[in-house]
Amino acid sequence: MSTAVLDNSPSVPEVIPTFTATLIIRRFDPEVDDEPRWQDFDVEMRGTDRILDALHKIKWEQDGSLTFRRSCAHGVCGSDAMRINGRNRLACKTLIKDLDISKPIYVEAIKGLPLEKDLIVNMDPFFESFKAVQPFLIASSKPDKERLQSPVERARFDDTTKCILCAACTSSCPVFWTDGQYFGPAAIVNAHRFIFDSRDEGSEVRLDILNDQEGVWRCRTTFNCTEACPRGIQVTQAIAEVKAAVLRGKP
Amino acid sequence: MPEKSAGALAASRPEKKYPLPKISAPRAPRGTLYRGREGMWSWVLHRITGVSIFFFLLVHILDTSLVRVSPGAYNAVINSYKTPIMGLGETALVVAIGFHALNGLRVILIDFWSLGAKHQRLMFWIVIVVWVLLLVGFVPRQFMHIFGGA
Repeated sequence: MSTAVLDNSPSVPEVIPTFTATLIIRRFDPEVDDEPRWQDFDVEMRGTDRILDALHKIKWEQDGSLTFRRSCAHGVCGSDAMRINGRNRLACKTLIKDLDISKPIYVEAIKGLPLEKDLIVNMDPFFESFKAVQPFLIASSKPDKERLQSPVERARFDDTTKCILCAACTSSCPVFWTDGQYFGPAAIVNAHRFIFDSRDEGSEVRLDILNDQEGVWRCRTTFNCTEACPRGIQVTQAIAEVKAAVLRGKP
Repeated sequence: MPEKSAGALAASRPEKKYPLPKISAPRAPRGTLYRGREGMWSWVLHRITGVSIFFFLLVHILDTSLVRVSPGAYNAVINSYKTPIMGLGETALVVAIGFHALNGLRVILIDFWSLGAKHQRLMFWIVIVVWVLLLVGFVPRQFMHIFGGA
């Protein structure tokens, strides 16, 4: 069957043209370097390739010491958030053709978290603030079957369920760069996910936690987080809703 | 690589060219500037104008309180405000307050209007347009005062 379909296809698949893209990567090896340094790499790429493919090519064919995180490589695990041409993006979701290839492509680690090596940062502070908002269902009742929820109630927090904890939002936030104590957008997004969940009973606790000096009120509505989110979560909107909930004292 | 443990790292430290610096260089030297969009730059402008207005208010409270110390001194200070340099300063003050006030309304709408965050970019450009219109009305008149003697 499938071969027949292939035989009937009118033309040979087009060859996707390749070109040389220049990547300038901010390297840092704590065992050798005192300071991060920029290094150039030329790679043969297609427009349909992703930045992650370019990094793979460099690591596999040119310089095996290049260090970066990636797991699923398909925009689900959230491992490869990095700053591409000055903006936080997932390397596995950024196509070369969407970048200006007449100029070099700048790739560096996300900002505001301690740099460990090349494109890897220490994510501990990020996950600490995620844990601090108690991102799990808090419920006293033990129903015999599932906990019921209407579609409307589910839709209330649908946007914030999409978070993959890649830290693109938190590390794009100017407040977080200068004040590492700030919970950051990702933690507030995950608090939002439970605060507005009709099945959850812990919203008072979470609103209290986020009413802190380093909580939602640190948000200066720069919208960098919304722009950076690879899942398209309206992060600043979610933070504004949590702010309003804190003022009301209930979701 | 077990031999590259933390201990080995620490031992290799003194071999470096310089002794350990007292004041270390910044840990994260210049990366690229983060390329935020309208939201980030409106915040940067809001902060710059806000701090400038704060320093103006500080001076303004001092000069106004002079009237209780000595009316003569107060008059002398107020007269010095009529010089062209202070006139330009006043222009800058109106420029700063104009943006800070209008963008402040935008920030309030983002926080308290349910559709505020959605329309923030449009609101930013409305702020810029209204701001420019205000300045088009104000700056020529102010410059006539300063330089025209009218």
